[in-house]
Amino acid sequence: MSAALIIDAAGPGLSVQDLGRPLHGAQGLSRGGALDPLALQEAAALLHAKPAAAIEMPGIGGTFRVTAPTRIALTGAPMKATLDGTPLRWHAAHPIAPGQILKIGGVERGVVGYLTPGAAIATEAFLGSRAAHLNIGIGALLQPADTLPLSDDPAPHRPACHLRAGGPFGARFTGGTVRLIPGPQSALFDDAQRTALTAATFTRGPRSNRQAMQLLSDTEPTWHRAAGGLASEPIQAGDVQITGDGTPYLLLAECQTIGGYPRIGSVHPADMGRMVQAGPKPELHLTFIGWDEADALLATHTAALAKLAASVTPLVRDPADIPDLLSYQLISGVTAGDELG
Amino acid sequence: MDPQAHIPAPQLLPLGMDAYLVRFSAAFTEPANRAALAFAAEAADLAGVTEVLPALTSTMVRFEGARAPARDALQTLIDSRDWLALPPTSPTRIWTLPLSFDGADAPGLASAAQQAGVSETEAVTQILAATPRVLAIGFAPGQPYMGLLPQIWDFPRQTGLTSVPAGALVAAIRQLVLFANASPTGWVQVARTSFRPFSPGSSDPTPLRAGDEIRFARVSASELESLAQQPLGGAKREDLA
Repeated sequence: MSAALIIDAAGPGLSVQDLGRPLHGAQGLSRGGALDPLALQEAAALLHAKPAAAIEMPGIGGTFRVTAPTRIALTGAPMKATLDGTPLRWHAAHPIAPGQILKIGGVERGVVGYLTPGAAIATEAFLGSRAAHLNIGIGALLQPADTLPLSDDPAPHRPACHLRAGGPFGARFTGGTVRLIPGPQSALFDDAQRTALTAATFTRGPRSNRQAMQLLSDTEPTWHRAAGGLASEPIQAGDVQITGDGTPYLLLAECQTIGGYPRIGSVHPADMGRMVQAGPKPELHLTFIGWDEADALLATHTAALAKLAASVTPLVRDPADIPDLLSYQLISGVTAGDELG
Repeated sequence: MDPQAHIPAPQLLPLGMDAYLVRFSAAFTEPANRAALAFAAEAADLAGVTEVLPALTSTMVRFEGARAPARDALQTLIDSRDWLALPPTSPTRIWTLPLSFDGADAPGLASAAQQAGVSETEAVTQILAATPRVLAIGFAPGQPYMGLLPQIWDFPRQTGLTSVPAGALVAAIRQLVLFANASPTGWVQVARTSFRPFSPGSSDPTPLRAGDEIRFARVSASELESLAQQPLGGAKREDLA
């Protein structure tokens, strides 16, 4: 029997996600994939592997088991996680054996966490990707009792490791200032409108999903501009569109490919993680940058990505923990899974 | 006033860090649509280009590598001819899609006919006589924007949204859109087809292409039901040499 990941309990929004399906825009299919692709890069570094499919966990995780020894990388928004009752460090990879119970609770900060097995998820692919694309009926939300097929883990017994200090992107879970680059429709907005947008304070709104993130503000939206008469144009993740009542929405992985709402700018790729991982409380501010700064920022971001592996460090476990580990294993079957409450 | 209206088309504008938008017109025109399609076909062959996405009046071109050489190559292609003067092309593929105008399949037919100022019978006659082209594929997978219909169909989209089912053919602004999945829309549903523009299980999940010509054949609601079981929902495709 081939290996599998068994889901005993699932939060309401779990789905399999990878880097999506690029290059199908002409046929109306947006890229989709993980809301926070950086988390998949982090998992790849921790697992010494290429970026692979993960379970995306918005807000709440679940309870998981495996049928063969492997490792699990825990990346993205930090969540409360235990293995047979022993707390697991986040931004880290840990060995897991059949019979052990992995419980992942709620996010401590940020929005969406990722569970990536070292034995790569081997569900059926569509156009080269295993990512669920929920609003077009590709894949589905994961449910309790679902079983995901896994491939073989090339190094199931590699010891636990973590990203030192959370890694180079470890500060993206608490909002902050997000840099915008001008887009094809930025010139439709005047200077006063752009200034008003950059002076406002935004938070994540409740009407956020895998298609878009609502940006709420107490400021009167003087940056609103009606679309009147403009033909719909290509749109993509990162674009900030101004909807009919002036509310900005950041387009995300499952956005449409063509849209009619005017777009005031696009979030620089280096700041997308900070945007998508800003929960309902952290404040977000938008600022426009020029192309020289945008190019320099992209170079810095790319260099940081390349250095991810260098921040992977062995996780040293206190030997005194080991007797506790064994005792927790004995009672693991009767814990109530309160983390999901 | 559109502050860009005075800028002569086409415009070359950055779209994110790895793409450009070439805009041939801010508002829909048939010459700009032809330009967008033709430009996409040629831009796809430029060195470093990874993806082209022709929309209604603009084309997105994604590239790998530095921005400056990509921009220069695109500007050279823009300058190589008068894209807005391209003559109409002949279609290379012609589809015939079955349409039911019966009852629940056409809840907005009366409203569309009224807005167009014709009887429902005349509205159906005009749709069946139309040979619209696929102007762009987008919004949702495989979903076609088709047009143009005669001038009387130039009524606006509704501000309120109504729900339409998969296969709904909807009209507004002289265009038709065919919905792949149930969706809220401001367009008005004038008919329904058994053809689905997105079928993930098939070898060609999004069978329509921008530039295809579309014709419609009227069937009854019950015939439409049985056609749904056939390949491509009973749609027929003719390839011209």
